[in-house]
Amino acid sequence: MYKLWASAYKEFLLLIRDLGGMAILFVMPLILLITITLIQNNTFKTINDSKIPILFVDNDKGSVSQQINKGLTSTNAFEVINKVSEQEAKDLVFKGDYQLAIVIPENLSSDLEIKVNENVDGILAKFGVEEELEPSILKKDKKKEVKLYFDPATQQSFKSSVKNGIDRVISGIEIQTIYRAFEEQLSEEPSTEPIFDTNSFISFKEIVPESAKNTIPNASQHNIPAWSLFAIFFIILPLSINMVKEKSQGTFVRLRTNPVSYATVLGGKTIVYLGVCVVQFILMLLVGLYLFPVISLPEITITGKLPLLLIVSLFAGLAAVGLGLLLGTVFKTHEQSAPFGATLVVILAALGGVWVPVFAMPKFMQVLSNISPMNWGLNAFYDVFLRNVGFSEIIPEITLLFLFFIITTTIAILYNEKKIAV
Amino acid sequence: MITINQLSKKYIGAEEYSVSNIDLVIENQEIFGLLGPNGAGKTTLISMLSSLIKPTEGSFTINGLTYKQNKNKLKQIIGIVPQEYALYPSLTAYENLFYLGSMYGLKGNKLKELIKQHVEILGLTDFLNKKILHFSGGMKRRINLIGSILHEPKVLFLDEPTVGVDVQSKNAIISHLKELNKNGATIVYTSHHLNEAESFCTRVGIIDHGKLICNGEPSELIKLQEGARSLEEVFIAKTGKELRDYV
Repeated sequence: MYKLWASAYKEFLLLIRDLGGMAILFVMPLILLITITLIQNNTFKTINDSKIPILFVDNDKGSVSQQINKGLTSTNAFEVINKVSEQEAKDLVFKGDYQLAIVIPENLSSDLEIKVNENVDGILAKFGVEEELEPSILKKDKKKEVKLYFDPATQQSFKSSVKNGIDRVISGIEIQTIYRAFEEQLSEEPSTEPIFDTNSFISFKEIVPESAKNTIPNASQHNIPAWSLFAIFFIILPLSINMVKEKSQGTFVRLRTNPVSYATVLGGKTIVYLGVCVVQFILMLLVGLYLFPVISLPEITITGKLPLLLIVSLFAGLAAVGLGLLLGTVFKTHEQSAPFGATLVVILAALGGVWVPVFAMPKFMQVLSNISPMNWGLNAFYDVFLRNVGFSEIIPEITLLFLFFIITTTIAILYNEKKIAV
Repeated sequence: MITINQLSKKYIGAEEYSVSNIDLVIENQEIFGLLGPNGAGKTTLISMLSSLIKPTEGSFTINGLTYKQNKNKLKQIIGIVPQEYALYPSLTAYENLFYLGSMYGLKGNKLKELIKQHVEILGLTDFLNKKILHFSGGMKRRINLIGSILHEPKVLFLDEPTVGVDVQSKNAIISHLKELNKNGATIVYTSHHLNEAESFCTRVGIIDHGKLICNGEPSELIKLQEGARSLEEVFIAKTGKELRDYV
């Protein structure tokens, strides 16, 4: 036990003497957390605060284009800038000055009205309300196209949400036009009383779990667990580099000749780096609690959750340390461990759902995400943070994290034993 | 006493043995110099004796113990001074020595006293709380030595302990080793400094191509080698003038 504490003390000294390493361990994850939360929070707040400027070319100049313009403006997501020339709007978008240009075709309002009236007349004629059906003045199969020009650099998710938004506005206009046409045909004289209630009959209501009613998830509550976990797993980088450095310095060779087991050597490192993981997590929480409200980011609520959060961070830390010990044992040079470690953390984070939620991944990747310890940790954090569960519900996840630590550390010890038999 | 029987080592993938059929007995309190050109097999032999690598064939005992049966007990009675400095540059000399001593189970005032004692002898008292990264080569070599002898080993293996140091540091190291030997330690050391080995060692063995060519007291080897007036001339006569570059 004494040797274990001596090893841990040495690791602690090595850590605090490396100011650059300390900055990477503690400051960088905080910067990362603040940056990501600010960006994501801004995305959430885009609807209210910063509007995306888009170009609007109105070749219709009718009621429909006015309604589309009004509809886009009323979403509060866009700042609509009117342009006369389609070519100019297209050039500006393709140059990257704007994300999107919407071009409304000529005669859209009048043609839509004619089309709807003809359809309504056709329906009414079948029911014997309309006496005679006049031939269509519109060319068959001639559809009106609202052109959307996107900046080639625009992300697909943005394109999809814009398309859906515009589609919803246009559908609304079409429905209103149909209702109006029916009203005009069915009422014999102009009436101030509407025949149809044109308001949406179906609406959405979000039901949250009883236990989570007081804590509606916000950007901070999503980001702090995710990026804390990312930071915790980044521990594998300094840990494995520290171990590789011991090999190049020759201190590792000396350790192998000392009457101390490799498990004790790894144990000393585990104690210190596990402490680092927990401190990292506490710093993240403190930032969420005290700094976020100051910089207008949503604050987090951890009342009654702290013990469980610390337990999850401890087990996530163990899994991260286990992986770091394995990489540090296997790799021989800094050039091997640093890029591999960094890339592995990014892959595990991607697989674990830190960037893209697991449910949004392709089926194959969803299955694969189950092997990422970051996925287990993230689920445990979300369980505590957002689903307000008790200790028993996080047992499966923390067990997996602990097993991961045991397996990786055992492999490291066995590999080291085998390596002696060169 | 170190008893080596038919000890051989062939690295995985290598075509030839690095150490081949070495038979040797090193008595208690001897200072045995293992001499040989680059790539002769000196470090491989010391690495096997200090448990860093496993032999391919043969066996050895140190004070009647084997690594297979008494790994930790054996490690407790030996000390290894590696060729590299094998110290943590960002830690002070004291922190390095405290940690190395702790790994042998030394603690508390006893450890502090031992550190103080050795550091004083090797003239490093004023630098005890300075970081190793600021030390000169000679100072590092002396701390490297102290780190391996704090637990007062019965057998001490030194792999080129005086390489790259100034004369003063070399003298301090050698005289401290002589003192340890006087107190009962058996010393096995490798070196390219043949004059140093001639005066320091009670017996030397010349190894080349993994084989022990000869061994005996330096004066005896000089006497036996026709025309030789020094150990260096014996060495050249036994190993030749051919350059020994290897990768």
